[in-house]
Amino acid sequence: MSRLSLLLGLATAGLFVASLLTGPADIGIRESLSALFVGPADPLALVMREIRLPRALLALIIGASLGLAGAAMQGYLRNPLAEPGLVGVSGTAALGAVLAIHTGLSATFALGLPVAALIGALLGVLLVMALAGPRGTSLTLILAGIAVSALAAALMSLVLNLSPNPFAANEIVFWMMGSLADRSMLHVWLALPFTVVGWFLLGTLGRGLDALTLGEDAARAMGIRLSRLRLQLVVGTACVIGAGTAVAGAIGFVGLVVPHILRPLVGAHPSRLLWASALGGAIMLLTADIAVRIILPARDLKLGVLTALVGAPLFLHLILKLRKERI
Amino acid sequence: MRAGFLALGALIGWAEIAMAQPARVVSMNLCTDQLAMLLAAPDQLYSVSYLARDPRASAMTQEAERYVVNHGLAEEIYLMQPDLVIAGAYSTRATVDMLRRLGVPVAVFDPSNSLSDVTARITQMGQVLQRQEAAARMVADFDAGLAALATNIDRAPRAVLYYANGYTSGDNTLAGQILLAAGFANAASEMGYMAGQKLPLEVLALSDPEIVISARPYPGASRSEGILDHPVVQALRADLAGATMTDHDWVCGTPYVLRAIQGLATARKALTGTEQ
Repeated sequence: MSRLSLLLGLATAGLFVASLLTGPADIGIRESLSALFVGPADPLALVMREIRLPRALLALIIGASLGLAGAAMQGYLRNPLAEPGLVGVSGTAALGAVLAIHTGLSATFALGLPVAALIGALLGVLLVMALAGPRGTSLTLILAGIAVSALAAALMSLVLNLSPNPFAANEIVFWMMGSLADRSMLHVWLALPFTVVGWFLLGTLGRGLDALTLGEDAARAMGIRLSRLRLQLVVGTACVIGAGTAVAGAIGFVGLVVPHILRPLVGAHPSRLLWASALGGAIMLLTADIAVRIILPARDLKLGVLTALVGAPLFLHLILKLRKERI
Repeated sequence: MRAGFLALGALIGWAEIAMAQPARVVSMNLCTDQLAMLLAAPDQLYSVSYLARDPRASAMTQEAERYVVNHGLAEEIYLMQPDLVIAGAYSTRATVDMLRRLGVPVAVFDPSNSLSDVTARITQMGQVLQRQEAAARMVADFDAGLAALATNIDRAPRAVLYYANGYTSGDNTLAGQILLAAGFANAASEMGYMAGQKLPLEVLALSDPEIVISARPYPGASRSEGILDHPVVQALRADLAGATMTDHDWVCGTPYVLRAIQGLATARKALTGTEQ
């Protein structure tokens, strides 16, 4: 376990530095890293401090959020197919963010953007949990997720198409696939407070989730208050997904892939899986964000394209596996 | 062989147009709208595109009020019973093909990417409308106006054109040519960005231009235009915040380009502080 966390921590740190060194501007390693910390506010420092640093920080923060939320949802629902993107929570968060931008709320009140996305995510989680039920099967969960995602995507497209701004309609792609291009430190500060609250709420779920593996009755007997556990999960997920989606769009599959890969390595303990998945999520998103800049440097390839290319086949594999187990 | 038939078809089509002055002309492209409005004989032009009335894109909104508006749809244009349709090279291909199948002659105009393209398009419009004399006068006026604007400058300030989604216009675009004609150097082209293409924010920062010229934002917010509020762009614009913006005079290759050059040259003088 400690060796695993050391490994994941080192990989995260290495990828974070690699992300700082990746970009269309051709700058040497030493001069770019020194421009990050010292020196006058010349163009090089502007590139490092206002373009690359926020991008790497957001990949780290949002990746960790997605991994953590995926592991927490899977632990609570005891279902390996649960993931914020797949069950539509990212979609409803994006809807909230789009509404905040296009009603002018985010322009009058800076925190309006993450707050609206958070409310969207909250409604999404509640809706999916209500539709799938506490002991819902994989099938009902996926169906509820499809319905919520489709509704959120349709409403979001409607809002963007109704906008008087001719650029708005083209932004559907960003909100559905996600991107970290051209973000600034402002976006880091918008997302960070809510994310930290969410991390705390989700990160302390471990004991309850461990108990829940023995069944709800056993968990209750061990003194776990399930209603409180559920509230913590719902609010925590809404915080991290809302804040992340507000600044980077909906990025799917990270919360599905990462816990799936790491679960055997932590002995299937949900509590250990939580923090391992947070690091794993950061690794996956940092990698994806470096890859989009290397594959198409000037075109802003969306992050969701890469995460779905990895995640969708795994999703199909999981469905096949579950079907076999049931037979 | 096939190319031969196409050329023959084009010749026949051309002969038809050349024989008589078209009497009911429909334009379905913002730029041909304006050239047609400038050159058409009274009552010759029947309809222009809806964009011709958009003050952000069109320099001739008032004139456009006098014409019926179309939305570039084959059905509505066919029902207008035009004897000539003028389209842009980027007009919907399906619409142009459909109109040709229905037997409507369509003249297709390439966009202007340079100042010499402007006079070429004016001449072309004069030919398709059979208004060659008016076109020749307009070309002469344009060349004279351009010559009058040409000045010797001590130093060309380095500028970048930067629009929503991080697009720039390099030297090989009309906007880039306007920039050069107004006495600026294009810092994006120095970095190798010659066409109308995406300029990464990092490259913009490193090109360190003296001035960033952008378009006025549209009503209603958008992420695409949000890039112009990025701290990097704001830092580069800090000295002349909002001083210079592109507008409808920049969009199309029409004589209004001269107005854009003149306005920009004034901004350059303010920037360099010379009276040249």
